[in-house]
Amino acid sequence: MNTIWTTIAIISLIGLVLALVLYLVAEKFKVVEDPRIDDVEKVMPGANCGGCGFAGCRAFAEAAVKAPNLDNNFCPVGGNETMAKVAAILGYEVKEKAPMVAVVRCNGSCANRPTVNTYGGFASCRVKATLYSGDTGCAFGCLGCGDCVAACQFGALSMDPETGLPVVDETKCTACGACTKACPKGLIELRAKGPRGMRVWVDCRNKDKGPAAKKACAAACIGCGICAKTCRHEAITVADNIAYIDYNKCKLCRECIAMCPTGAIHESGFPKPLDKEATKARILERQKKEREAAAAAAKTTEEKKDA
Amino acid sequence: MRKPTFSIGGVHPHDSKISRECRVEPMPLPDSAYIAVAQHIGAPAKPLVAVGDKVKVGQPIAEPGGFVSAFIHASVSGTVKSIAPRADLAGNPVMTIEIAREGDEWMEGIDLSDTLVTEIPDDNKAILDKIRLGGIVGLGGATFPTHVKLSPPPGSKCERLIINGCECEPYLTSDFRCLLEKGEQVVIGAAILKQVLGGVPCTVAIEENKPEAIAHIGEVIARLRKQSPKYDGIEVMVMKMRYPQGGEKQLIDAVMHRQVGSGALPISVGAVVQNVGTALAVYDAVLKNKPLVDNTLTVTGECFPHQANLLVRVGTPLRTILEHLGGIPDEAVKVISGGPMMGKAVANLDAATLKGTSALLLLTEKQTARGEEGPCIRCGKCAEACPMGLEPFLLQKLSRIGDVEALEANAAQDCIECGCCLYSCPANIPLLDIIRLGKADAMKAIRERAAAAKAAAEAAK
Repeated sequence: MNTIWTTIAIISLIGLVLALVLYLVAEKFKVVEDPRIDDVEKVMPGANCGGCGFAGCRAFAEAAVKAPNLDNNFCPVGGNETMAKVAAILGYEVKEKAPMVAVVRCNGSCANRPTVNTYGGFASCRVKATLYSGDTGCAFGCLGCGDCVAACQFGALSMDPETGLPVVDETKCTACGACTKACPKGLIELRAKGPRGMRVWVDCRNKDKGPAAKKACAAACIGCGICAKTCRHEAITVADNIAYIDYNKCKLCRECIAMCPTGAIHESGFPKPLDKEATKARILERQKKEREAAAAAAKTTEEKKDA
Repeated sequence: MRKPTFSIGGVHPHDSKISRECRVEPMPLPDSAYIAVAQHIGAPAKPLVAVGDKVKVGQPIAEPGGFVSAFIHASVSGTVKSIAPRADLAGNPVMTIEIAREGDEWMEGIDLSDTLVTEIPDDNKAILDKIRLGGIVGLGGATFPTHVKLSPPPGSKCERLIINGCECEPYLTSDFRCLLEKGEQVVIGAAILKQVLGGVPCTVAIEENKPEAIAHIGEVIARLRKQSPKYDGIEVMVMKMRYPQGGEKQLIDAVMHRQVGSGALPISVGAVVQNVGTALAVYDAVLKNKPLVDNTLTVTGECFPHQANLLVRVGTPLRTILEHLGGIPDEAVKVISGGPMMGKAVANLDAATLKGTSALLLLTEKQTARGEEGPCIRCGKCAEACPMGLEPFLLQKLSRIGDVEALEANAAQDCIECGCCLYSCPANIPLLDIIRLGKADAMKAIRERAAAAKAAAEAAK
């Protein structure tokens, strides 16, 4: 009996001594951490997607606590709501950011873009892009192996079997930007979601000259520049035979869509379909009047000079 | 005695040299030549001609765009029709000079006769200049400008020149035919290269499956040695048949038993390797004044009835070559530029040949079918087959997850893309396809670090 008591006593003593050592070591090498980091991490979405540019939500929280303001730190997944909470914890002010959404800038569906050869290799866009330009005449378009779908953690992307192109589910997309990095052709862009989801963009990235682009794909942007001339808000620029719409300047009038000869400009979220013919007629009428007015103005200045 | 070969890895694909008996025949001239300005490793050449200019065969039409770059010459005579981007065999646009052919008029001073010139001039500088002006690049596949390879950086010394006549890729027979039909020229070219490198000993490495070439070259060397002491020190080495023996690092290992370090050049171990085709081009450029405007091309495949070894002008559209030989048979589903191991599938038959194009291989559906990918069971066959001593099963995993640091630590940048791993994998895992991505990532990281270090050093100054 005595042996048992002695054993228990000795083991308890060892336990106590070790506990004391552990306590002292823990005190000595204590890592002092800002408690706000934990608080911020709690309000984060916890997706650890890296969309903010940091390794995960905790890394973001650490950076946000250290930073003097929140201008360079924004969680695209949580959006303004989460950022408001973070700002409340840290006592910073946060600027509201327009919600973004991923947009696929290729409309080279099977119908629009005839296939010229078949690919039998490993089904990955990145692998395919290292081997050749793609199974169609367009060297800039979607390769269709779905690297973007694999990269999306939120299930917001899926391949449409009919068109062979990825489709973004707006309700699920958090604009983390993973797909934009996964696409070897750089086809996916984060654009402002727009008021009530209304937005307009050029659905093509083909930098070939007009005839070559048109030959490769029926829906290609041929860089004709009609949209840029039509736009009254200076939102459209044409460079490298390709038009680009600046979403910060676009007023969603959809005139460019009516005028585009190849249908390369895409719209989304508009409640009413666009009456292309009527809009086009209206624009042509307006442009004619403008030309006449300009001619008349030129005439009057000339007359003044003569006088 | 055991024949020499490299020390680790390698595979034994069937050599399938079905076009070995076909003599090299000149291909009729194309109506238009499409000459890309990026035909070599390094900076693309800068065009020297304008649209509408009349050019003659052998006239320089583009000059080097940097130190590692090469001259490009008109391969047909006629009028420059356009200078614009044109899709290469992978469909990617490359700046191309199009020449509409009129007749076949050569530049003055080019010796087109068959007379063999055996007198090698003594002026090494003049020889190097001729090689540079002749636009000679390595014809073994990498198309590295030859004059750059022949000018070792200060501090390094060449100890042996290796003429690569292994032709370890299955199906390819162009180097073999050159050795047989133009053996003298190849040996003289080798002697020129040897002299430029300071009279170092020279080994002509030929694999054992080409006994005719081995005998012929041995005889040619013996004959030439009687004429001039400049041919002393050239010998033939019979190699064991093994893929990828023709790889530069593997061949140096096999011949000299020296290993080229990671990221190092062959010259670091005192070796310079040149291909048989390059030696021939050097002979033409130095002794005949003929720049690199044509090369030998094997057109082959079991399904192809008209096997051929053709002398083709640079810039001939692939479609023209295949049509000249009777068109593509119905069974052929894939055309490969190069051999079956390292060649690239052609996505665009309207693309034209380059200086380094060595073969057109036609394969049937059965030959190209890939088996269904299975799980990796860590059998280690790929690691056993890798001639660079890498672990492909690990590299492919790291490539898939994109761990660049680990890729670099496991030497993904040393991969020579020979395809031995993919060839040996029983689970049909597309190892090389995936590793290539990891290699690109690792190389990018190394380059970025080097650039950052350079910038920092400059800032410190």
